[in-house]
Amino acid sequence: MPRVTELTVNGTRRPIDADPDIPLLTVLRDHLSLTGAKYGCGEGQCGACTVLLDGQPARSCITPVRAAAGKQITTIEGIHHPLQDAFVEEGAMQCGYCTSGMIVSGVALLKKTPHPTREDIVRHMNGNICRCGTYLRIIAAIQKAAQHA
Amino acid sequence: MPDTPARIEPERYELTAPPAYRFAVDRRDFLGLLGGGLLVVFSAGAQESGRARRSEALPQDLDAWLHIGEDGAVTICTGKTEVGQNIRTSLSQAAAEELHCPIASIKLVMADTALVPYDMGTFGSRTTPTMAPQIRRAAATAREALLDLAAEKWNVDRAKLSIADGKIACAGAAAPIGFGELTKGQKIAKTIAPDAPVARPLCQSVPKLAAREIVTGQHKYTSDLTRPGMLYGRVLRPPAFGATLANLEAPSLPGVTVVHENNFVGVAAPDARTAAASLRQIKAEWNREPVPPGAAFGPGLYEYLKQTSEPGQPDVHGSVADGMAAADIKLAAAYTVAYIAHAPLEPRAALAEWDGGKLTVSTGSQVPFGVRRELASAFGIPEDRVRVIVPDAGAAYGGKHSGECAVEAARLAKAAGKPVKLVWTREEEFTWSYFRPAGLIEISSGVRRDGSIAAWECHNYNSGGSALVGKYDIANQRNVFHPAKSPLRQGSYRALAATANHFAREVHIDELAHALHMDPLEFRLKNLKDERLRAVLHAAAERFRWGTGNSKDKGIGIAGGFEKNGYIATCAQVDIEDSRIRILRVVQAFDCGAVVNPDHLKNQIQGAISMAIGGALFEQIRFGDGQILNPRFSQYRVPRFSDMPEIEVVLVDRPDLPSAGAGETPIVGLAPAVANAVFHLNATRLRSLPLLEGGL
Repeated sequence: MPRVTELTVNGTRRPIDADPDIPLLTVLRDHLSLTGAKYGCGEGQCGACTVLLDGQPARSCITPVRAAAGKQITTIEGIHHPLQDAFVEEGAMQCGYCTSGMIVSGVALLKKTPHPTREDIVRHMNGNICRCGTYLRIIAAIQKAAQHA
Repeated sequence: MPDTPARIEPERYELTAPPAYRFAVDRRDFLGLLGGGLLVVFSAGAQESGRARRSEALPQDLDAWLHIGEDGAVTICTGKTEVGQNIRTSLSQAAAEELHCPIASIKLVMADTALVPYDMGTFGSRTTPTMAPQIRRAAATAREALLDLAAEKWNVDRAKLSIADGKIACAGAAAPIGFGELTKGQKIAKTIAPDAPVARPLCQSVPKLAAREIVTGQHKYTSDLTRPGMLYGRVLRPPAFGATLANLEAPSLPGVTVVHENNFVGVAAPDARTAAASLRQIKAEWNREPVPPGAAFGPGLYEYLKQTSEPGQPDVHGSVADGMAAADIKLAAAYTVAYIAHAPLEPRAALAEWDGGKLTVSTGSQVPFGVRRELASAFGIPEDRVRVIVPDAGAAYGGKHSGECAVEAARLAKAAGKPVKLVWTREEEFTWSYFRPAGLIEISSGVRRDGSIAAWECHNYNSGGSALVGKYDIANQRNVFHPAKSPLRQGSYRALAATANHFAREVHIDELAHALHMDPLEFRLKNLKDERLRAVLHAAAERFRWGTGNSKDKGIGIAGGFEKNGYIATCAQVDIEDSRIRILRVVQAFDCGAVVNPDHLKNQIQGAISMAIGGALFEQIRFGDGQILNPRFSQYRVPRFSDMPEIEVVLVDRPDLPSAGAGETPIVGLAPAVANAVFHLNATRLRSLPLLEGGL
């Protein structure tokens, strides 16, 4: 498989030079200095690395960069959404390390389901870990953003 | 019996291990600088962290706490670290309230050892009771100095001056004047009066200061930092704890620095992938230490801890034998808690850079000055050549007191002659950090038919002494903490052993109430005089509608307690689905004195309850043969959205009392409340954490 030489990130074409099987997360963070997506587990279990690929949430730590080539990649740096304000207003964070992934996952949910039930939110967000335990506030923030949508 | 001071050091388990590695020496000077304007200083020795730790002497220089520049910028320095408990906001609030200025005009410099006064570290819920008043004193000193300057400038009596919104005004005079204008051209130093009284907090829900940076992904954690020419580090880990390197074959790899010194083997490479690949090419042979039988997870662990334990120092009131002789009902039961991991979502990370003989390390630690000491010791250089900076970190929960990652990054950077960033993998974080101690707690007790507790004897093996002695009025009791030989490296964890000791005590109390056919709340209140603990029990019970006799109230449990000057009561309702405990509803009342920031306090309490669900229901480190067997989130279950009950928090504000820290104590009530609720539901008495271990 040839090396990956370009990615489209947050609407901009970015030249890169990466082995095709490097995790997308590594390319975003180390090659493109987009550090909003975080490393948390390396096995797609915590959601801190979540980005959107053509609008669908993906765990960038287990996504080889070749799978992202040719797709629209959206990271937290490219998101401007009422959910971010809702997180601030609801105080839906403590250390904040999970927040990027939570917001990216939440934005994907609201796009698919503009008025999610609590059960929808729990099901969709259950792969994202907040070790500080702000889950109920995150649910409230998503509900708030849905109201304003 | 006079009041017995706590004999058990609350932070006993803070790690004091010497550095894992010691490296060769070189020297050069390091200086810190401060600007002009108005400077508020404090002589060392009386500062917040004013007790020397063990053999360490406190620095004897003057420490700068607050500076108001000629541009009006207010800079405040503290050695405390922000790890999600939101003290960047609460400490800025304290300063803004004293200076009567917008919180946005305050710059809080945290945890940069080159800029801030010495501090022991961010643990033990000490920031709110001790650092906040200190910052209030510094800010009040500055405010008074500014008022003096204004009075002098306008040549008026100070009584005519008022201060608001970052400006000083004079009745009937010209426009209000800003802090910067007053300090322009000045070089004033003021000393804080150490015992000056401090105002109580205003109880305001100021939003988290860094929230906007966080929701846009702009906040830089240690793991997000870079430096020009920076390399990526990786460390070769032994196959088991205690293993020593017998033989090493490391191929020469272009552009890759390989370090092998004693037991340390690591690489630094231009990118993370090359670093990982280089590590795989190193062939190492290790000598493994034999692991004693029993030093593995499972039921045998607790017997092992008991067998390896020391006698301990008993805390004795009255005579347990006399109390037992007077008891009508006697009970004895053993409770266990497993080792659990902090698992902060940001694993340990460090970025180290040498400049000649000077070393600068950014790292997510709760103890920046301790890490500085570790680094100085590891490299044999004076501490004043080491600068440690802690960017606001991706959580810690007591798990980031040590500096091993910083030392490793610094060693690699020294060899490479370039900055090196080292971010531990999740597996490394689960394996090579340290754990909340496991423990065995044996309680025997006696009660009279009238519901009074006549005797209480409690032995805690290994888990720790925090909150070992409860608040119940028991004339005859004996409580002993027995240190033991832990098979795992163990250390601080949010609320330390208070979780284990509250679990054992509050479940045992429930067992006594059941034996007496008494309501568990009524039984507690009968044996409690402490007004604040009674108040939170009443507050939680009232909100929960405890004891209303509703037949729907199946599976309910209650627990209460006290730790670090915080009073807590927790009510929980559970159901059981497919042999799984499902927590439906939690009401928790908390009194930590005067409330600083009610919304953030609620956030801490909600978070502590959520985190407590893990330790209560399913978190457990599995280990054996010197290895951690579940070092991944796919194998180590932590609470998720689907585990969340309805949580109601009742704040019992005591504006008449000093504020206590609130990040830890709210974690202790959940496990016993849930265990008691399970018993209420189906008469199964669970005495081990996690509760699902052993099953239903």
